[in-house]
Amino acid sequence: MTKRLLTAALLLSVSALPALAAKTSLVVGMPIEPPGLDPTIAAPVAIREVTWANLYEGLVRIDRAGKVQPLLAKSWEVSPDGLTYTFRLREGVKFHDGSTFDSADVKFAFDRARDPKSTNAQKQIFAPIDSIETPDPATVVIKLKETSGNFLYYLGWGDAVIVAPETAANNTANPVGTGPFKFKSWTRGDRVELTKNPDYWQKDKVKLESVTFRFISDAQAQVAALRAGDVDAFPNLGAPELFAEFQKDNRFKAVAGNTEGETVAGLNSAKKPFDDVRVRRALMHAVDRKALIEGAYSGFGQPIGSFFSPNNPAFVDTTNVVPYDVEKAKALLKEAGHGNGLSITIKSPQMAYASRSAELLSAMMAEVGVDLKIVPTEFPAKWIEEVFKNKDYDVTIVSHTEPLDIEIFARDSYYFNYKNDKFKALIAEAAKTTDEKARFAKYAEAQKILAEDVPALFLFQLPKLGVWNAKVQGLWENSPIPSNDVTEVSWTE
Amino acid sequence: MTKRSRIPLNSALVVGGILTVLLIATALVSLVWTPEVPTRVRVAMRLKGPGELGLLGTDHFGRDVASLLMVGAWNSLAIAWPAVLLGAAIGTAIGCAAAAWKGIADEIAMRVSDVVFAFPAVLSAIMIGALVGSGPLAAILAIAVFNIPVFARVTRGVALQVWTLDYIAAARAIGKHPLRITWEDVMPNIAGALIVQVTIQLALAILTEAGLSYLGLGVRPPNPSWGRMLSDAQTYLSQAPHLAIAPGIAIALSVLGLNLLGDGLRDALDPTLKGRGAPA
Repeated sequence: MTKRLLTAALLLSVSALPALAAKTSLVVGMPIEPPGLDPTIAAPVAIREVTWANLYEGLVRIDRAGKVQPLLAKSWEVSPDGLTYTFRLREGVKFHDGSTFDSADVKFAFDRARDPKSTNAQKQIFAPIDSIETPDPATVVIKLKETSGNFLYYLGWGDAVIVAPETAANNTANPVGTGPFKFKSWTRGDRVELTKNPDYWQKDKVKLESVTFRFISDAQAQVAALRAGDVDAFPNLGAPELFAEFQKDNRFKAVAGNTEGETVAGLNSAKKPFDDVRVRRALMHAVDRKALIEGAYSGFGQPIGSFFSPNNPAFVDTTNVVPYDVEKAKALLKEAGHGNGLSITIKSPQMAYASRSAELLSAMMAEVGVDLKIVPTEFPAKWIEEVFKNKDYDVTIVSHTEPLDIEIFARDSYYFNYKNDKFKALIAEAAKTTDEKARFAKYAEAQKILAEDVPALFLFQLPKLGVWNAKVQGLWENSPIPSNDVTEVSWTE
Repeated sequence: MTKRSRIPLNSALVVGGILTVLLIATALVSLVWTPEVPTRVRVAMRLKGPGELGLLGTDHFGRDVASLLMVGAWNSLAIAWPAVLLGAAIGTAIGCAAAAWKGIADEIAMRVSDVVFAFPAVLSAIMIGALVGSGPLAAILAIAVFNIPVFARVTRGVALQVWTLDYIAAARAIGKHPLRITWEDVMPNIAGALIVQVTIQLALAILTEAGLSYLGLGVRPPNPSWGRMLSDAQTYLSQAPHLAIAPGIAIALSVLGLNLLGDGLRDALDPTLKGRGAPA
């Protein structure tokens, strides 16, 4: 008996020890597991949410406010004609495998990304590049074919991070970057573990010794994990209806922030009947966005009428271009020859916002005589294969969380199958325009074209309902770029 | 075999019968009438409590919970019935054959049954879902598959007993084909046991269907299902507990009703069990 008591006392004292110092490990919960860990070769946002600014760094970065800040490039000059960018690189930066970062790595990374065979998801970043020169290890000179208004901003994205030639090919499973954390392990279906990079070039900033990303898709399980302390932070909770409870609970910090995620129900414009703009408009008229947001996201999230984030200064409100109007929807369907009803399917991923929206859309469509059947489609693998790659769908629903991504509607091969030469020309012009005001005007016009053409049902801007332990500091409240940057996160005690 | 003129009543039979009749009646009524259109979304009136709006309140989309439950009863039976009947038909055929031919056929049938028995319905539903795509058909097939060995074993057991009886020996002596003996002499005598088993398996099938729908493998949204109602209600437990309680009670009462009915029928149809109480 005494022995047992002694053991208990010993155990108690041991378990009490860590409480003396502030915690140095963090467990971040995410709803979706990334398919790989290389953001330069694939689109899924989950890849960036693990790797961006944690494992990999770019020449510049996007900060909490969405602004461009120097990172691996400590400064740069732009020639007066806007065609030559000269970057001065930070010296003494090392990759996780010990090799030195220099201008050759920048050239390699960008050449790899803009290669015709590259599967980089944002090739428009690199499209204006004419040549990349490396006069010395600490200087990169990038010459552009044409001016690019968003060039620096784009270089802060996950798609433009710098990777090393020796390790790039293996980055999917064994990522090597220059970031504050190194890859430790990946238990598929469960977690990715990172540890502090002891050689990080600004290691004084980093307080955490280790970071674990856990993948929990079920909203109820997310909440349970937070309550049990298995997960310290859920940057975007999957259950908005439970968010209010965390707001009341002072053990947690609950912050409703913004994302760049436009939730849209993509329509396959190459397929009948969606090749008819009247049908697309009719479907949009059938949607009561306010009710949808209330039902699918407990009222969090802003209605959108086009494909542009309300956080962006170039945003214009287009929700009234094709407003909720059941009678008009019916009339348009009749005009298009579908007066006797229409039967279509929606491929809906499992995320709560998507499946709930799909159910609500199905009910709204029923009001105008459209039978919208729901086909559950697992995200990302099955959805990427069927919808994104093979374009085998009628309607689908997903949130596009890349910032400033309106140009995806100008891409011929994108899954919407939308073709509008006027829109394409406008986006190309906007991209070239370096004058901010003129560029914003062009983006405004582009937004209006989409609102009228309805290549997708524009629904709402996804909010970021972050919940974390009240003792955790330094997490981002908004996500101006898809990310879970934990560089500056620390625990208070 | 004495012919019974009427089935003797017992309390399990009465209570189970009433609950089951209620279930079937609700399901049938839902085909022609529900208080509200069950798929009608009224977001402005979401999460209303019982009595506040409609008999059982509204769900997170403002749909009428009572109407959803009624249609859910139909969907539940529409999967459970064909699944159990399919499983019973195949299982009974296998069991009868095993009893009729015995020997190696019997051995193979029973060992294969053991193997199939080892797979839980949910697992086979996922496998079948991968083959035919998840949905009601996959759910029916999955539940049917796990019912086959159950019926094969029950049938074999009772059929073997019947095969030892004198009138079967007589039938064999006059050269009657085993198939005809099975159909004309064995089947009528094992029907009682099978009816009991069907009732109990129906209860299990309803439960399994709810489980599959809960996991998203059964009835597809927006078509209501008790299992999915439960799964949707999870995150609203603190705000609107009635969303989970209502389908929960519906499932519990249906399963209880069918189980009691099964037990009651067994007591009534099998005189040897009289006075021993309902077997577990």
